[in-house]
Amino acid sequence: MMLAYIIRRLLQSVIVIIGVTLLSFLTLHLAGDPTYLYVSERASEEEIIQTRQRLGFDRPLPVQYFSYIGGVLTGNFGNSLRARQPAMELVLERLPATLELTLFAMAISTLIAIPVGILAAINRGTPFDGGIMLFAMFGQSIPSFWLGIMLILFVGLGLRALPISGHVPFLEPLFSGNFQLAASNAPETLRYLLMPAITVGVFSLSRNARLVRSAMLEVLSQEYVTTARSKGLGEQIVIVRHALRNALIPIVTMIGLEFGFLLSGVVVAETVFSWPGVGRLVFNAITQRDIPLVQAAVILFSFLFVGLNLLIDIIYVQLDPRIRLQ
Amino acid sequence: MSNVAVLHGGAAKPALSEWTRAGKSLVAARWPLLAILILLVMAVLAVFGPQIAPRDPNRQSLIERLKPPMTADAEGVIAYPLGTDALGRDILSRVIYGARVSLAVGFAAVAIGGLMGSALGIIAGYFGGRIDDIIMRLADIQLAFPFILLTIMVLVVLGPGVGNLVLVLGIGQWVTYARIARGQTIAQREKEYVEAARSIGAQDLRIMVRSILPNVLAPLIVIASFNVASVILAEASLSFLGLGVPPTVPTWGGILAESRDNLLGGSWWLAVFPGVAIMLTVLSLNILGDWVRDFLDPRLRGR
Repeated sequence: MMLAYIIRRLLQSVIVIIGVTLLSFLTLHLAGDPTYLYVSERASEEEIIQTRQRLGFDRPLPVQYFSYIGGVLTGNFGNSLRARQPAMELVLERLPATLELTLFAMAISTLIAIPVGILAAINRGTPFDGGIMLFAMFGQSIPSFWLGIMLILFVGLGLRALPISGHVPFLEPLFSGNFQLAASNAPETLRYLLMPAITVGVFSLSRNARLVRSAMLEVLSQEYVTTARSKGLGEQIVIVRHALRNALIPIVTMIGLEFGFLLSGVVVAETVFSWPGVGRLVFNAITQRDIPLVQAAVILFSFLFVGLNLLIDIIYVQLDPRIRLQ
Repeated sequence: MSNVAVLHGGAAKPALSEWTRAGKSLVAARWPLLAILILLVMAVLAVFGPQIAPRDPNRQSLIERLKPPMTADAEGVIAYPLGTDALGRDILSRVIYGARVSLAVGFAAVAIGGLMGSALGIIAGYFGGRIDDIIMRLADIQLAFPFILLTIMVLVVLGPGVGNLVLVLGIGQWVTYARIARGQTIAQREKEYVEAARSIGAQDLRIMVRSILPNVLAPLIVIASFNVASVILAEASLSFLGLGVPPTVPTWGGILAESRDNLLGGSWWLAVFPGVAIMLTVLSLNILGDWVRDFLDPRLRGR
């Protein structure tokens, strides 16, 4: 049963990945002949024709797509137009810094949102609840890059409390097995990470807090909670064992979708804080119209996103056995 | 004929009392009223920007560059209430002009996404079967895709411009509307009023537009009201990245992008004012969205 479900979800993920590659392939051809993205504006007719042949843009679209897919499957995403290096290599080099930022932001947004949302639901209608909801309302309305600029302006430049740019690697030494360096870097990593992560995470923190609160309120009004209370169970047990477990279901889905959302925040926040991650790489690639590099980043992010959602769905089924039967 | 009108379900309710009820609820809630006021101000700024703005937002004046807000000249005249940027352009005028792009893109993109999504959702829910499968699989693919990345790619290839921005952001929104519209339509499809419309020979299109649409509209309006807020945020982010509109058009996100180079020099006003404009607009839309949701579905009040 469980296995069948996982296989079905895997198949769906494959379809989605094919859709993603098709979309990113077609985007390149949206504006007509992509050869013009690869040559300078003053290129001669001959040069254009040569480039078109060299890059294979003179072949029929389906043929181009299958050779593109072949490249993707063998890990060949083309070369960056500026750096003249394999595009995926450049992206992967920057990935650890981006993961640090994304995961830390995700940690902030969920680990704070869940207890805060629960407390707000339990204390519904009190000034505490009102304050949290007001904060959340603001948090959902502030453009993240503006928050980042304000943090730089007031916390970084005004109070001189935290560094306004730069990065101390933690995951990179960790991945390459240098645990000692990772451990000794950790406190500094955190100092540099704090403002960018707040910038990325505040919107999700606010939305999640509201979501947890409303999911809790919904569950707390259910009959089985009343039953549990009337059995004489302590309030804590009712909330943790009966209410929270069921309230978690919509929250887990949210976290999966949120990863994609956080990524968009990451592109912007990395630009604001000069964070040496994939986001800033993409930003620079955009300004230089380095399409293969943008494409490689898009594909990598989509793979991560689809993989994470698959994982989340499997956790989801564990939480709620009813889904398996559908 | 009058019988037919009744068969169309909720559409024929007395409209006046509904509006009165909305007005009373608005006044009682207070905050949404303030939000509407702020949005009206923004709308006036957007529509009458050229008449209101004290200066040409693109007029440069290098001798008057980076003037702090409320600086008085020798005669005590405050020429630039919100200061000037690195090229000596008037920040107040630029922020006023910025309202045009933000609001226009926000509403236009939601209109496109909302219409497209609602139509596809109602069609999927009404006909079911293979049509339903195809539409909903497309929706799944889009949901599984970090859409901001696709937006970025499309805008890189097509180039910046209000039209492209509206189109891309609009298409980015359709899935939410389609899912809700489909779910609601399935719930309505078997209701007696639809049966009745069908039995008097109404065609599918007519049933979908005249009978089903009015009954699935409420949740779609709720989503749209929040959606405008998030599209405005997305537009600001893209403009900040230089992907929104051409740099000659002042936008809130664009002004913020330009402010970064002068932050270290302490020119805080470049960054503060456009950000406040975005925040006030989005906050008002969110507050209003909350109220619309509560009003249309009182069960959710206070959640």
